[in-house]
Amino acid sequence: MSGNATQNLLHGAILVAGIAAPFLFPNYSFQLALLWIMILFALTWDILGGQMGYNSLGNILFFGAGMYACTVVQIGLYYDVGAYTSAFGAVKVDFTPDQYFTGLFLGIAVAALLSMVLAVLFGWIVFGLRGPYFAIGTLGVAIAAGELISAWEWVGAGGGISLPTYPGEPDARANFFYFLCMASAVATFAFLKWLYSTRFKLAINAIRDDEEKAEAMGIHTTRYKTVAWTIAAFFLGISGALFGNMTGFIEPLEVAFPTVTFGIFMVLMVLLGGKGTLWGPVLGAALFHLIKEVTWTHLLGWQWVALGLLIIVNVVYFQQGILGWARDRWPELFGIRVEDRQAKAGVGQAEAAE
Amino acid sequence: MLDNLAVLSIAPVFNIQLLLDGLFIGAIFALAAYGLALVWGVMNVKNLAQGDYVIMGGYIAYSLGQIGVHPILGLPVAFVGMFAFGWIVYVLIIRRVIERDLFTSLLATFGIAIVVQQVLNQIYGPEVRTADAGLEVRTIIGGQVTVADIRIVSFVLAAALAASLILFMKRSRMGQAIRATAQDARAAKIMGIDTDRVYAFTYALNAAICGAAGVLISMIWVIQPFFGITHSIRSFVIVTAAGFGNLPGVIMAGLGLGLAEQYSGFVLGAEFQQATVVGLLVLVLVIRQIQQGRQRQVVQ
Amino acid sequence: MFSLEKSVGFALGAVVLSAAIALPASAKVEGDTIVLGSAISLTGKYSTNGIHAQNGYELAVKRINEMGGVKVGGKAYKLKVVYYDDESTPARGAQLAERLIKQDGVQFMLGPYSSGLTKAIAPVTEKYKVPMVEAEGASRSLFTQGYKYLFAVLSTSEQYLASSIDLAAEIAKKNGKDPSDVKIAMAFENDPFSLDVRAGVVEDAKKYGMKIVIDDKLPRDLSDMSATLTKTRALKPDLLVVSGHSKGAATAARQIAEMKIDTPMIAMTHCEAAKIVDQFGASTNDYLCPTQWAETLSYKGDYFGTAAEYDALFKQTFDGYKNVPYQAAQASAAVLVWKDAFERANTFDVPKVRDALAATDMKTFYGGIRFSEAGNNIAKPMVLRQIQDGIYNVVAPSKWASHEVNHPRKAP
Repeated sequence: MSGNATQNLLHGAILVAGIAAPFLFPNYSFQLALLWIMILFALTWDILGGQMGYNSLGNILFFGAGMYACTVVQIGLYYDVGAYTSAFGAVKVDFTPDQYFTGLFLGIAVAALLSMVLAVLFGWIVFGLRGPYFAIGTLGVAIAAGELISAWEWVGAGGGISLPTYPGEPDARANFFYFLCMASAVATFAFLKWLYSTRFKLAINAIRDDEEKAEAMGIHTTRYKTVAWTIAAFFLGISGALFGNMTGFIEPLEVAFPTVTFGIFMVLMVLLGGKGTLWGPVLGAALFHLIKEVTWTHLLGWQWVALGLLIIVNVVYFQQGILGWARDRWPELFGIRVEDRQAKAGVGQAEAAE
Repeated sequence: MLDNLAVLSIAPVFNIQLLLDGLFIGAIFALAAYGLALVWGVMNVKNLAQGDYVIMGGYIAYSLGQIGVHPILGLPVAFVGMFAFGWIVYVLIIRRVIERDLFTSLLATFGIAIVVQQVLNQIYGPEVRTADAGLEVRTIIGGQVTVADIRIVSFVLAAALAASLILFMKRSRMGQAIRATAQDARAAKIMGIDTDRVYAFTYALNAAICGAAGVLISMIWVIQPFFGITHSIRSFVIVTAAGFGNLPGVIMAGLGLGLAEQYSGFVLGAEFQQATVVGLLVLVLVIRQIQQGRQRQVVQ
Repeated sequence: MFSLEKSVGFALGAVVLSAAIALPASAKVEGDTIVLGSAISLTGKYSTNGIHAQNGYELAVKRINEMGGVKVGGKAYKLKVVYYDDESTPARGAQLAERLIKQDGVQFMLGPYSSGLTKAIAPVTEKYKVPMVEAEGASRSLFTQGYKYLFAVLSTSEQYLASSIDLAAEIAKKNGKDPSDVKIAMAFENDPFSLDVRAGVVEDAKKYGMKIVIDDKLPRDLSDMSATLTKTRALKPDLLVVSGHSKGAATAARQIAEMKIDTPMIAMTHCEAAKIVDQFGASTNDYLCPTQWAETLSYKGDYFGTAAEYDALFKQTFDGYKNVPYQAAQASAAVLVWKDAFERANTFDVPKVRDALAATDMKTFYGGIRFSEAGNNIAKPMVLRQIQDGIYNVVAPSKWASHEVNHPRKAP
């Protein structure tokens, strides 16, 4: 009972802090909004990477697909997309507030749906791949998507698209997008919290621990894998739509399909926090984003070297992550009784052997 | 696109140019891919830093060229230098991930790739560089086809290197130990083979092969700190298509990839030249999956 | 008592707290220093030119400070620029612009490098009504959005290769051919700047009825363009145009030489920035290179004197430059524009400074600077230079030409 109470208290506190944050620190609202997007990234990556044992390097595909889908809807409702995106921007753009908000919300919905459709389609291609083949295959799909958008003139090819500007004051805009980001991250968390309390979690954990046996037990593995990927795609599509609008200018390789920045950050944040847990990704994302924002600009060109070293150190020496380490250190805090440790160790070995 | 196909059928001589360019570069792709097949087959490490080792080798040749040493002489320097570098990377990093799950080695080598390219960028800047071998370019078939001598030279060097590697694997003690470890690491250990040393040697040898390939690349193409990833993907395409431990397959796939790139650049346009590489990767994986799907019940 | 949630909540609380006490916001004018802000590419694919631009900014700041600074309200102020590294990615650029304005309190911005980055940052500065003088974003799409706080000292990108198309038409006429017989091969990098240059070429070609026989887009990581060049050899165009920042110029120059491409006329952007003469020597002879600025032009202004004097000072201050890239010169010019506007406004009130910027009309070593309603500079032409025996000589437009154009180019 008291556990539940503290839990509710914590959820409440985070919600209150989240709502208050842009008003307390109005100058940081863009970075805070980005923090929620990072949390969403980490949570969605962990569905497959942590809970199901399928390490994807290509989840960024849905982020970019959502971004482009939303943008095309926003523009296409009122203008001819091809003329709007032509290199020299011949169209004089003027969106009324009504047009802007209709386009945006419709765009977000389309982004989420299209990402889900893509997840089903690509799931068919990549879910037959196991282990590293899966990682490489998903990476390939994400890079290929960026290259194809780059060659597609209708959406501006490598020239990118400038998004409609928000009709209103800059501070109102900042808060508007902050709360949309926060809402989508909180919704992701709440949904996963519920999802992980159902049989679904047991099924995908079984896939992680031994896919062949899971199948033998009558779990329809392909269906579970596809559903899990579709869930991740749904939320990532929304985050892409939001991020594109926050940035104001999108292009395929650096903004929409950044496989080596955001695409790797997702993995890194989860590993940092501890994979296969609900809070690990949240903690990892918060820590990573904070460290990055504070130190990044002071490293003067060496920041990427530092990032590479961080990946290596994290992966080689500290792969269980902060929560994983804490769980080994103080199992009783995590509700694991000492005599269960043997069993726990057994699970750990199964993971390692996989 | 159809226009370009028409050009090829009206003036077939341009096929010769594309064929030659594709084969010359494909041979070097095959060399780097052979290194990947080696570490993949022997130690089960998927080295995502493959292309970045290639680029490192290229910069060694470029740096030597800057101080007046002929870049071809960079070949042995890069081979030895990258061998040492590979050994160090093995001791510091790879040794610790080799027993872990496969995603770990993938991510760790990805981290290495980022460090290598960013350090190169800090040292050399993001401009494209080239090591000038100063050899002639010959024109054949009435000026319609050009062949740079350096391409022929690097083709020969790549072939010679591949041949000596095969010989090394077949005849030398270490080569035999490597093959034994690849077949069954536990049995090899029982037989008294120091598998840790074998792994270190294999990884270092791979880095050396990549370095040598990089020297050749820097003389016939251009290099830049961030070009590594495309070379890595090329190696993965080739190895996944050919399977490891299948040297003729690796060579054929390498040459085929070189040709595919040239033809897609010509027929579809340069914007599809790289998309072709990635597209082939996905295609090859799908084909593999279908094959595996058929065998899966049997294997398990 | 303890729980997983509690400890995580604790950690999160600490995160939020420490975020709150991070960097304090500084003001736009600190004591006697005016703070300008710029996100610039110090790493990533544009860093060579990003650093050229940063050198240009720094040289002008140094020069102005040495010569008495900026006089506003009877007091002399020094200039200072706060830089962030945008890593050559638009998303990062937009974030950093936000950070400069909101957290560092910067109210006066200098531009980033490249059209793509400027396209990402301009909406941010516009949103906060912070004026930005930019020197490196040439895409026309920047000036059709109705931005009121964006001022560009450089000529827009459709002008880059326009005079080479005119030249091709002229030469065709001289040889008794119709300009519509001219065949053009194009290879442009797939990025906002190059695609806008391409759009300009397509329009000009249409004007003359010229035929475009190759239209390839070079991908970001392309290390080989031999397929495109084989096509060039097969289709025998009269003019080959290439644009892809420094990387595209170097790759093209390398392979054009190796494949002995004998197209009679080759035009490419970023020749100077890519140092192609140093790298590829005589094979680059007779290439046509558009430039925003040339040290041989008869421009003159305060602070740097003539274009040639700027050139000499730049080479003396920074090592390793055989030719001063125009990217650096125009960056210096942008700082001069700021200085001039502050003094004419005689206040740091942002709307007034903005109006002073809009009213700019000055002569500098970089050429005349006067902004159109849309914010682009209309007082300065692009010139076309040709590499003649390793020297860049102005060959077009005729008003500025110092040398005759060599045609056809001698293939080595």
